[in-house]
Amino acid sequence: MEMKGTSLFIKALKEEGVDTLFAYPGGQVIDLFDALYDSEGIEVILPRHEQGLIHAADGYARSTGKVGVCLVTSGPGATNLVTGIATANYDSVPLVCFTGQVPTHLIGNDAFQEVDIVGISRNICKHAITVRDRKDLGRIIKEAFFIARSGKPGPVVVDLPKDIQQAMGSDEYPKEVSIRGYKPNTGVHVGQVRRALSILSQAKKPLFLVGGGVNIADAGREFTRLAELTGMPVITTIMGKGAIPTNHPLYIGNIGIHGNYAANRAISECDVLFSIGTRFNDRITGKITEFAKLASIIHIDIDAASISRNIQVDIPIVADAKTAILKILEEAEALPVKEWTEEVQSWKQEYPLEMKKYEGMTPEIIIHKINEKFRNLIVVTDVGQNQMWTTQYLELDHNRKLLTSGGLGTMGYGLPAAIGAQLGNPGTPVVCISGDGGMQMNIQEMATAVALELPLILCVFNNSYLGNVRQWQEMFYGGRYAYTCLTARRSCAKDCKNPEKCCPKYSPDFVKLAESYDAAGIRVEKTEDIDGALEAALKRTDAPTLIEFIIEPEANVYPIVPTGKPLSEMVMD
Amino acid sequence: MGKAAENIIKKRWISLYVENEIGVLAKISGLFSGKSYNLDSLTVGETEDETISRMTISVTSDESTFEQIKKQLNRCVEVIKVVDFTDIPIHMKEILFIKVNSLNAGEKEEVFRIAQIYGISVIDCDRSNLLLECVHTESKNNGLIKLFKNSFPNRIEVIKGGSVAIEAISMADR
Repeated sequence: MEMKGTSLFIKALKEEGVDTLFAYPGGQVIDLFDALYDSEGIEVILPRHEQGLIHAADGYARSTGKVGVCLVTSGPGATNLVTGIATANYDSVPLVCFTGQVPTHLIGNDAFQEVDIVGISRNICKHAITVRDRKDLGRIIKEAFFIARSGKPGPVVVDLPKDIQQAMGSDEYPKEVSIRGYKPNTGVHVGQVRRALSILSQAKKPLFLVGGGVNIADAGREFTRLAELTGMPVITTIMGKGAIPTNHPLYIGNIGIHGNYAANRAISECDVLFSIGTRFNDRITGKITEFAKLASIIHIDIDAASISRNIQVDIPIVADAKTAILKILEEAEALPVKEWTEEVQSWKQEYPLEMKKYEGMTPEIIIHKINEKFRNLIVVTDVGQNQMWTTQYLELDHNRKLLTSGGLGTMGYGLPAAIGAQLGNPGTPVVCISGDGGMQMNIQEMATAVALELPLILCVFNNSYLGNVRQWQEMFYGGRYAYTCLTARRSCAKDCKNPEKCCPKYSPDFVKLAESYDAAGIRVEKTEDIDGALEAALKRTDAPTLIEFIIEPEANVYPIVPTGKPLSEMVMD
Repeated sequence: MGKAAENIIKKRWISLYVENEIGVLAKISGLFSGKSYNLDSLTVGETEDETISRMTISVTSDESTFEQIKKQLNRCVEVIKVVDFTDIPIHMKEILFIKVNSLNAGEKEEVFRIAQIYGISVIDCDRSNLLLECVHTESKNNGLIKLFKNSFPNRIEVIKGGSVAIEAISMADR
């Protein structure tokens, strides 16, 4: 039977189990929207900007494990996705982004709202393709979903010219996918696993390093079993946080430039580093020649290109984290490493993470209160100091509970991603922790959250600065705060470091801003008011609450490892 | 221990089977530029199967970078197969045209003599200009360019295509 391209598109989404579509209308997708208008079973979410749209799809995908699906128009609609595509690509988030395109006969003519989105996005996504023939429409959509969710997940861009959408053609949607250039690895090399276990059996100071790959593979429980079986201490990257409950005695903390003392020291002293699902990004290695230099390195990763890329490894294992961990569990044994584990744990007691230096209400206190008040919550961060404090102090018991832009570090991610997470997890409390800078980057999505009646709890750590950069300026650029003050007026002195004295106290006034969107706004300036604000937010079930926490403007994130220094050279405060 | 990467920098060869589709060449060349890999030459053409194109890529790199290049190429959905030609016998040729201008009779004779010695063809001419076609290995072509540059300074025009390479059956020509 024949059907229009738009009908096949909707049929395809349903076959792929899509129940939520993040979409923004425009001229080149008007036919698709018209078809969606009659369609049952797919909720169309209308954000206020395409960047917010794709971050929302990303938050939905990260928190549920499903593919996030976007539909935008051509030209500016498509280009507004770019940051979100790169964000998802860096953090291996499965997305399928449908972009409208001018009719095929106009492609290349600089037609109105024509842009080569496939060309633009090619190097920041897993795959990008334009449908040029109606007969390929079903196959390409099927392949897009398969590519997005299999192997190392990632974003796929499918460009849909308007005439393809309108054209009649086959109603068949393929059941199977066969792409000759794409065969994701589904097995695990037993020989390599045994070599890894053999090295491990001789180790005196072995250490697990867990990255986002374990969370993506939903392998947290299996990994925790493995850690308990071997008795080895565990450190994580920020993307790996939650793979093992943070209150687990074997969990030491995050490593990296803002990692804790015990985790960074453990890396420097371990003799076998068993790493799973991490790319050894420069944010976690510090000075690369000093990273784990006493250790033999075992590295499990689904992506062969991530192995021996930044760090040369001794035992590479190309496999999905869960598949590999299950195979290792079959043969792993308890290791005689109690003394070493206790030593690492003692460092954690000796050098705890804390913000002792600052008086009054600190991010540490706020996050501890969130830990106390909420059970089974999802936390979404923005990017900057708010993100670092959250990943330092947040308690987590499971994977897919912390959503953060780790690879690209995309400011403006928090609020829209929280919307997506809430849509994917109705009934679960979703808390977004952002800064005043990041919050303003996609503030228009407050309207989306209100329209969708989502009970989000939006915590804004307002320090009136772009705090992360300001901290670097303070520590490494002689305290020259070049263009990082968000309350500065044109008339302000360049070297002003006291925004409260001569500038408006709030810029913007987030409480009024929230209220203007018909959300609740609460300002908190004292520790004793935190509980009341969180409780008030918890009571609201049909609208977001924005809590603006006025924090010490020059509070810093510690420890910090300066650029070019090894992890062992942490500045503690 | 995390070992230091091998650092022998040399010319290396890859034969790449890719989908014969719009944008694949851009994707592969974009991968090289985006990751700052040192691409020496890239040629592409259809194979006996019109749905598949084959690229010959030469790069100058150390071992670990080259391994990374192969892995990155393998990640591309449009890449069907990556074959490392670096240390196996291959036949490899590149097309080179050399136009030599403003020649007197004696110089024309000299060009014909060089052509005979080096097995290259004179494919076009007029009273004072000659056009040569050379199908040789890259290094031999580079040698010819040097020779003509020295013999006829400021009077040559050169255009080269990239190399194409295929696995040898019994003997290599490198």
